[in-house]
Amino acid sequence: MNARDAIFANIRRSLGVKGDEAPRRFEVEARLAKAPPGVVPNRGQGDVEARLATFKAEAERAQATVEVVESLNDAPEAVARFLRDNNCPATLRMGADARLAAMAWGATALEILHGASDGHDLNATAFAFAGIAETGTLALVSGPDNPTTLNFLPDNEIVILKKDEIVADYESVFAKMRGAYGKGGTPRTLNFVTGPSRSADIEQTLLLGAHGPRRLHIVIVG
Amino acid sequence: MSVIATTPKFKENVHAALIDARLQGALSFSRNFTNRRAAAAERLPEFEALRDSARAIKDHTLAHLDLYLDAYEQKVRESGGQIHYAEDAEEARRIIIDLCKSFGAKSVTKGKSMIAEEIGLNDALEAAGMEPVETDLGEYIIQLRHEAPSHIIAPAIHVTKKDVEEEFRKAHRDLPANRDLSQPEQLLAEARAILRAKFLAADVGITGANFLIAETGTSIIVTNEGNGDLTQILPKAHIVIASIEKIVPTLEDAAQLLRVLARSATGQDASVYTTLSTGPRRPDDPDGPSAYHVVILDNGRSNMLGGEFEDMLRCIRCGACMNHCPVYQAVGGHAYGWVYPGPMGAVLTPSLIGVAEGGQLPNASTFCGRCEQVCPVRIPLPKLMRHWREREFERRLSPAPLRYGLAFWAFFARRPALYRFATSIAARSLNLLGRGKGRLSWAPLAGGWTDYRDLAAPQGRTFQSQWRAKSGAVK
Repeated sequence: MNARDAIFANIRRSLGVKGDEAPRRFEVEARLAKAPPGVVPNRGQGDVEARLATFKAEAERAQATVEVVESLNDAPEAVARFLRDNNCPATLRMGADARLAAMAWGATALEILHGASDGHDLNATAFAFAGIAETGTLALVSGPDNPTTLNFLPDNEIVILKKDEIVADYESVFAKMRGAYGKGGTPRTLNFVTGPSRSADIEQTLLLGAHGPRRLHIVIVG
Repeated sequence: MSVIATTPKFKENVHAALIDARLQGALSFSRNFTNRRAAAAERLPEFEALRDSARAIKDHTLAHLDLYLDAYEQKVRESGGQIHYAEDAEEARRIIIDLCKSFGAKSVTKGKSMIAEEIGLNDALEAAGMEPVETDLGEYIIQLRHEAPSHIIAPAIHVTKKDVEEEFRKAHRDLPANRDLSQPEQLLAEARAILRAKFLAADVGITGANFLIAETGTSIIVTNEGNGDLTQILPKAHIVIASIEKIVPTLEDAAQLLRVLARSATGQDASVYTTLSTGPRRPDDPDGPSAYHVVILDNGRSNMLGGEFEDMLRCIRCGACMNHCPVYQAVGGHAYGWVYPGPMGAVLTPSLIGVAEGGQLPNASTFCGRCEQVCPVRIPLPKLMRHWREREFERRLSPAPLRYGLAFWAFFARRPALYRFATSIAARSLNLLGRGKGRLSWAPLAGGWTDYRDLAAPQGRTFQSQWRAKSGAVK
């Protein structure tokens, strides 16, 4: 017997499974199909303004910085200003996201680089799939539009998030993902990001910038 | 089992830990964890309901584990990933070594994984001529020290800043000897630079998984540093090593468990990075691993299903039980002698390496019950430890003094008049010994207790005689 068969046989022996399995199978298939939500906290709920306020407060609690601007057109200048104010070099790497491509980066002094990171970029920007008000968390999906390496390798990560894509909870992101990728389908990587990278492994001292970004700046566009 | 257990020498380990002044200083951390967990729970009105939900999800999944494992396997294959099963540690090591060799691996980065510790993966990789690089800062520190983790989420909790500086000076010899490493920020910056180069050079990345999702064939890792992500997205292959009980049915179920995991572990509402990975790089992906393999380990767990230790399989490895354990706080994690310390280790270790080897651990409990109070999936840890004590006693594995002591006590307990007489003598003599201080720093046959702390001296008469007097007064 190979390892798979041996493990399955032992699980079934321990569980006392024998004979008619229809009710067990039915229960499992129903749960996988329906994906019941369980207990969803109230904290993130509310209309778009309430969700924005909760998202901002929770993200700042996790040491992210947040700026809210009027429209997508205002985003490039907000990004450039953030980099200037923090004495960061005027370079910015981004993916092929059409919403990023449509922005007026030429109006800033930033040098724009495209594609995945090889680990030598100081700044990168990505367009969020969604924001989660409950914990001030960003949802970012992999692919050519927003390569996953941009979320981890640069020192400064700037994420652009549409105000009306701030959802209440994790369950709403899953619903949106099923809409975009089909039921049971996913991007290769879905990153939930709450604040900049950190470690407390040296005598419990909390330090930002462990292996991922030292700064996480979120530009929310109206 | 593969990692050599010093668990049978538990008593010696404890003695060494209690007289280790440096360790005792490092162990003063626990207030941070307990206060933060309490604050996080307080901040979320639904926290207790989420704990019930988390327990129910785990119980449901365990009762249908064969079916969910099968569904998970199908989804992994559909997404282009490959799945391997290992009955024990040796088989898991062989599968991973063979995979690494097939990718021509010289350097292997690792995210923090207790299962990798359980199977002794680093030693096996080294023996096969590969360089394993732990990338979690705490794991990196203990890898340099050739130590095992002493805590399941804070592996270097026993190490001081000064120790880290010494290790870095020994290990990073290319850097200027006169550099300043007195601040934690400087230590972190140095580790970040060293490990960044290792991340970019690695051929294979190995991570554990906090959860495996049957609905989508997804593995989830949770980190604060981002090291797990750099481990899994940069090399050409990503290998996930996880045990059978990590399966959950759906994304929604994972979200329920994630809500109690971070709060119970570090007191964060959410860890910084929660990453869901499904299969290898897609055709148009500009980054990510080209190969994605999952190694599913049993190593004794399927035997725990349906039995009196099944509850232990709900464990999500948050570490809250050890953070709240007076025994763990006194002796640290290494004294437990194997991979898993604290109350969860005291229950799990005898299950996985046998009661003959690990049977002493369930005795290291004051039965204060705090571990059960804070467990996010409500595992009745004290009850499970009591079950092990019973088994150890039944199999005559407990030490002779304990067995004779219990027999001696039982002789009196069965003869109430004699018991009352003997205990009243004992209470009076101990009271005299305490000489009005109310505590004893020495008592006959109680050196095991009084070497490390005082024994409270009986105040007045025995419980039974006070009870009789009180109930007499009420009547």
